[in-house]
Amino acid sequence: MRVQQISIFLENRAGRLAAVARLLGDEGINIRALSLADTSDFGILRLIVDRPDAAQQALRREQFTYSTTDVVAVEIPDVPGGLAGVLEVLQDGGVNVEYMYAFVEKANDRAVVVFRFENLEGAASLLESAGVRVLTRAEVLSL
Amino acid sequence: MSLVTPERRTASPPHRIWNPQAECMETDLRRALQLELLREQVARMNRHCPYYAAKMQAAGIRPQEVQCLEDVARLPFTTKEDLRDHYPYGIFAVPLREVVRLHASTGTTGKPTVVGYTRQDMENWTEVVARFLVAGGLSDEDIVQIAFGYGLFTGGFGLHYGAERVGATVIPASSGNTERQIMILRDFGSTALVCTPTYAVYLAEALPRHGVDPSSLNLRVGFFGGEFWSEPIREKIQSLLGIVATDNYGLSEVVGPGVCGECLERRGMHIAEDHFLVEVVDPQTLAPLPDGETGEVVITTLTKQANPAIRYRTRDISRIVPGACACGRTTRRLARVTGRTDDMLIIRGVNVFPSQIEHVLLQFREAEPHYLLVVTREKGLDHLEVRVEVSQELFSDRMRRLWEIREALQQKIDNTLGVRAKLTLVEPGSLERFTGKAKRVLDLRNAPNGEQS
Repeated sequence: MRVQQISIFLENRAGRLAAVARLLGDEGINIRALSLADTSDFGILRLIVDRPDAAQQALRREQFTYSTTDVVAVEIPDVPGGLAGVLEVLQDGGVNVEYMYAFVEKANDRAVVVFRFENLEGAASLLESAGVRVLTRAEVLSL
Repeated sequence: MSLVTPERRTASPPHRIWNPQAECMETDLRRALQLELLREQVARMNRHCPYYAAKMQAAGIRPQEVQCLEDVARLPFTTKEDLRDHYPYGIFAVPLREVVRLHASTGTTGKPTVVGYTRQDMENWTEVVARFLVAGGLSDEDIVQIAFGYGLFTGGFGLHYGAERVGATVIPASSGNTERQIMILRDFGSTALVCTPTYAVYLAEALPRHGVDPSSLNLRVGFFGGEFWSEPIREKIQSLLGIVATDNYGLSEVVGPGVCGECLERRGMHIAEDHFLVEVVDPQTLAPLPDGETGEVVITTLTKQANPAIRYRTRDISRIVPGACACGRTTRRLARVTGRTDDMLIIRGVNVFPSQIEHVLLQFREAEPHYLLVVTREKGLDHLEVRVEVSQELFSDRMRRLWEIREALQQKIDNTLGVRAKLTLVEPGSLERFTGKAKRVLDLRNAPNGEQS
């Protein structure tokens, strides 16, 4: 139910994102999901990869500043209102979302949304009790 | 004293002297006066300044052993660190009720250096500033635009009081806001300009862009200080603005502006020697150097009451100009300051030490002290950027948290420096290091691409 996310500090200048992508690519690491939050000065690149330990090792070696966080990935019907339904569950349960990002799966009619919660356990069980499908680590990595 | 209105833009107006008795004193007489004042000052510090009394004791010299002017070299030095260690009032030789004014300059760490002025100190400060203003061509007919910052920095107020004393019409324009400066120059008919040399160049170049022909202005003299400049910059200012530009020097630790300033000959700054004893010493051996040789400037205040300083090490590099000046003054002259013996930066006239940033970062437990100060010049104003490498401990995957950390760091830096700095968080390892030792300052002000106006 918990999925490990790697967040990387990047200066907001040309080539930094490419440098991370190239580094992971050369290590044979596959990126399953990503989001980039940025300001005019710097950005935070958040990644879910197939081999987190190898990715961390490579990042450490190349002196990147990074941290790891557990996030929750849930499956959402890929139809209008799909996301709203899930967010309403969280709102009604009084759960704060730190940040979230989504990607749409090609093969099936579904979308996957990654959530970062302050209280991960509480939020995940709230979602499950409301009938929202929380993906396992294996499911996320096989996306 | 009667002052005659000088012809505008005359090549060499007659030399006028504010206080001929003091400025043209016979050398023997002046040295006798300096010795007497020095002995008084040393005795006073020994009685009222425990920090200096302890230094004298450690050096094994008693006040009565100062028998001739050369004995000053036997006295211990005073450093910026001494002043910092006794923050805020520990260096004062008088009770606070006798202090009528406080100013402050940046310290090497988070704390500034506080300096005080008794009523007599204010009087003397005003007097020495009036001397160099008249020496550089100011009269009671002038309209003086003071574009120095007013505040804890001594520049604005120092020049203000001196110009008022001369009887000129003083406009306390303060620094910045170029459009307003130009409006005042044009509409108020300013005849004298006071600012940093850098800002004078910027202003001169901005005038045509604002549709103002510099030759249509009434400006005729300029008094520039607060930072180091050069002969080519003087020539540029003089030709662009059609004025006579003079250099002046001082530091708040001994008074502020007024220690010395140029006359119209523009060949060295006449020292107010009845108020300051200036030595030049070898920065390594600290041995006094003969006139003409370049070294670190060391200043002893002879009349300062609130915070006297004996042999204050300025860290500024210069030399005494040998020989007599054609203007008729007998006072010795200090050449332009050409550099520093430490890594101090001057940003818009304000002193900045890399160690201040280090101090902030060390306080800030989450950051590691890898940083770089980048100084650039834009529109005639210096800009300071502080680049800090983001360590693992500082980083957060949440933008809001990372932004909060950035803001907290920015605030601490602002509070410490006294000059606005832009904080940029950078990736670890992105700041250049030289043989393992980090480079702390990147000064692009005089680089071909550093000027971005």
